[in-house]
Amino acid sequence: MAKFQLKVNGKPLQVEADPSTPLLWVLRDHLNLVGTKFGCGVGACGACTVHLNGRAMRSCQLPVSAVGTQAVTTIEGIVGTEKEMHPVQKAWLELDVAQCGYCQTGQIMSAVALLKSNPNPTEAEIESAMTGNICRCGTYLRIKAAIQQAAKSSKK
Amino acid sequence: MKNANNNQSRRSFLKVTSLTGGGMMIGFSWFANLIPNEAIAAATDKMDWVELTGFIKITPDNQVKIFNPNPEFGTNVMTSLPMMVNEELEADWSKVIVEMGDYDTPRFKSQFTGGSRAMAMAWKPLRTAGATARLLLMQAASNEWGVPMSELTVFKGVVMHKASNKSANYGALATAASKLPKPEKVELKKNADFTLLGTPQKNKVGKEIVGGESLFTLDYKMEGMLIAMVIHPPAFGMQLKSFDATEALKMPGIKAVFDFQVYKDGYAKAGFDTRAFNKLIAVVGNSTWEVMNARKKVVAQWEPIQDTKEMVMARGGKREEIIPAGLESTENHLRLMHEMQKKPTRVARKDGDPETAFKNATKVLERTYTAPFLAHNPMEPISCVAHITDEKAFFVAPIQIPEMMKQNIVSNLDIKPEQIEMKLARMGGGFGRRAYGHYIVEAGHISKRVKAPVKLIYTREDDLTNGIYRPTYIMTYKAAIDKDNNVTAIHVIGGGIPESPLHENRFPAGVFDNYLAESWDMPSNITIGAYRAPRSNFNASAEQSFLDELAETVGKDPLDFRIEMLKKAKANPVGKNNDYNADRFIAVLELLKEKSNWGSTASKNAKRGVSAYFCHASYAAHVVDVTMKNGQPYVEKVVTAMDCGFVVNPEGAKNMVEGAVVDGIGNALYGELILEKGATVQKNLNNYRIIRHREAPKKIDVHFVQNNIDPTGLGEPPFPPVFAAVANALYKATGKRLYNQPYLKELGKV
Repeated sequence: MAKFQLKVNGKPLQVEADPSTPLLWVLRDHLNLVGTKFGCGVGACGACTVHLNGRAMRSCQLPVSAVGTQAVTTIEGIVGTEKEMHPVQKAWLELDVAQCGYCQTGQIMSAVALLKSNPNPTEAEIESAMTGNICRCGTYLRIKAAIQQAAKSSKK
Repeated sequence: MKNANNNQSRRSFLKVTSLTGGGMMIGFSWFANLIPNEAIAAATDKMDWVELTGFIKITPDNQVKIFNPNPEFGTNVMTSLPMMVNEELEADWSKVIVEMGDYDTPRFKSQFTGGSRAMAMAWKPLRTAGATARLLLMQAASNEWGVPMSELTVFKGVVMHKASNKSANYGALATAASKLPKPEKVELKKNADFTLLGTPQKNKVGKEIVGGESLFTLDYKMEGMLIAMVIHPPAFGMQLKSFDATEALKMPGIKAVFDFQVYKDGYAKAGFDTRAFNKLIAVVGNSTWEVMNARKKVVAQWEPIQDTKEMVMARGGKREEIIPAGLESTENHLRLMHEMQKKPTRVARKDGDPETAFKNATKVLERTYTAPFLAHNPMEPISCVAHITDEKAFFVAPIQIPEMMKQNIVSNLDIKPEQIEMKLARMGGGFGRRAYGHYIVEAGHISKRVKAPVKLIYTREDDLTNGIYRPTYIMTYKAAIDKDNNVTAIHVIGGGIPESPLHENRFPAGVFDNYLAESWDMPSNITIGAYRAPRSNFNASAEQSFLDELAETVGKDPLDFRIEMLKKAKANPVGKNNDYNADRFIAVLELLKEKSNWGSTASKNAKRGVSAYFCHASYAAHVVDVTMKNGQPYVEKVVTAMDCGFVVNPEGAKNMVEGAVVDGIGNALYGELILEKGATVQKNLNNYRIIRHREAPKKIDVHFVQNNIDPTGLGEPPFPPVFAAVANALYKATGKRLYNQPYLKELGKV
């Protein structure tokens, strides 16, 4: 067990955990931020996607000891303004993307990171950026459309 | 099984949240709390919810809550079923709060997610519940104002009496309404008068989903809750011999390591009691990562099983079943299945004289199709929360049909039925996997043993290697063709390990004077269960691939050939038990033909495949366009026609069909669970292939036949016909007919 000072969703937090504990389980078990999901534990499905300094990262593959001072953002932390949802979340609602909904927070985290680095992605760029996120219900077409819509709405 | 005390559980969860929370909880939601924030949630706790008809609760300050009785795993029943209630209740839909009902099947009459039955089973009861409540509210107004019911109108949850200019909202009337006797007769609206049903409505739980709120079993926490995982044998055909937990118990945070038996000796398993292994090792500790690490330190010895007798409950009572010893493999399964196809089997249906027709045939077309085991892989791994005390057995369970688990829980955990209290968590996918609730019993055993609330978690590997799978199947189709290119007989033999896929009364039964359907199955120690459209998902691929090749052999357009056969079956049906309606089948194909521009020059030049199937009371047909992308065949576009009766929520329905199409393409091209020496070769999603973003089509056009037939299901019916549509299009694209799934493997593209 060791103590770690983390910066999660803009807040400094202290956790005590084994240094090898993946960030995923620190978020879920220690910090009760359950929007980050466990899907495979081997970085193959994307359900656990969070941002590390704004970049998409599979939290199941990242030991808490490797996080250091890097800013961690989870789905709970991407709200646009105090009351407003993030434009990507809004697009998700407008296009009624979800079925079971389990993978969608990971999908949204990948999409937000994509639009941050590439505000106007082509279809191929979306496919490439999102291909690490599995949706077992098969909502891929709506996910893609929602990303395109969010890209458009941010341009306005 | 009593109505659970929502408030209490909710408060204990709230407490945990505030103790450990540190992130930004933008909202709060645990079943009851489809409400924007904690303050409102806490406030509503204090209100008196007045219950009307079991499905509706209203507060004096006019909050209206509708219960969804059916477990939700993504088919959107949390929206579509409450829509049915509200169509007749006529509350303000935009303000209605939807809540997942706890397990209380007597109250809700039916809590069944499976078999695409939700819409059909709910259609009249839920509208009746809404209409009854509306009548009670109107009666309360009528009594209070001393005016006749016939002079009252209702709009968005407000009862009005125009002549006296009186009005009252439902909240103001609810208490009085709840004390009135239920009306004896309730009239339901005609479909033409619907204002909500048939209109596209967004997911009522959408905000909670995109906000990452606590919705799923894996997210649930209780005070003092421990994490549990199990260790199961490394292969089917193996069992636990002994184990040493010394090192594991030294690991930090570990509370207990022990073995336990899931079902008692002699317990007669009912249909949904399937489980892979009966003796497991449990590892229990404070946190998931600690338990995962300690689990690796348990040293277990395994031994091969002998032929094992188990009792099963079947129609007609208990019978014995032998689980065969041995380490099975896919290679062996394929060899055995091909051998079995040549042996005498059970005749399931025979019309006319197929033997003579085949003897007199000018040409015979014979083709054999196979498909591998498949794993469901719902995105949320298997989990269950259990807290068993002397007084009650509390569960948070992701389970499709809770009532089907009652006897199992009662018998194997020594619990009285009335002690069971079960919250039905939103499920992160199911596809049939969560019809089999052995994990509820496992979690119950562990909680009893450690005398604490526990959350049992399976890893992805646990579920993939210890699973319940879609069986492996084989089917041979044979057609007798005369000198004029008429098909004179069809012969089909279907078999599988350990279940046959054959539906002998499905199309093309009923078309041909001479028809023979045969079936066999072979026991196995690999555990199987329902997988999105069980049996149909393979049947359709074989039948619709064969009919495509048969159309080509007799020189006919494949889509027209299907319509021609159905017209024949309609005009002159052969046999009595044909389980499809030829008219509705034809209408779907005609709609598909129109919407896909089938027959146009562009269509003829495209690499297109067609397929159609009827199952679970709905009709589905697809046209699939294949192109090449990065040297791989790629399904670029799909046009779908469906008849599922009246479409309750067109937005949700379209989403469901799109998902089924994507799922079908993925499984047709990549889906495969291989067994070697009794163990699955694929152990996680890095090598069990599920379709991904760039492999999904660019476009899926979904069209529904517009009719007023009572609604039927959608979760399953669009799935089975995708496989053959893909195979038939791949044939056009590559010149190669495909017979063995997954098709990319047969094409040598994997």
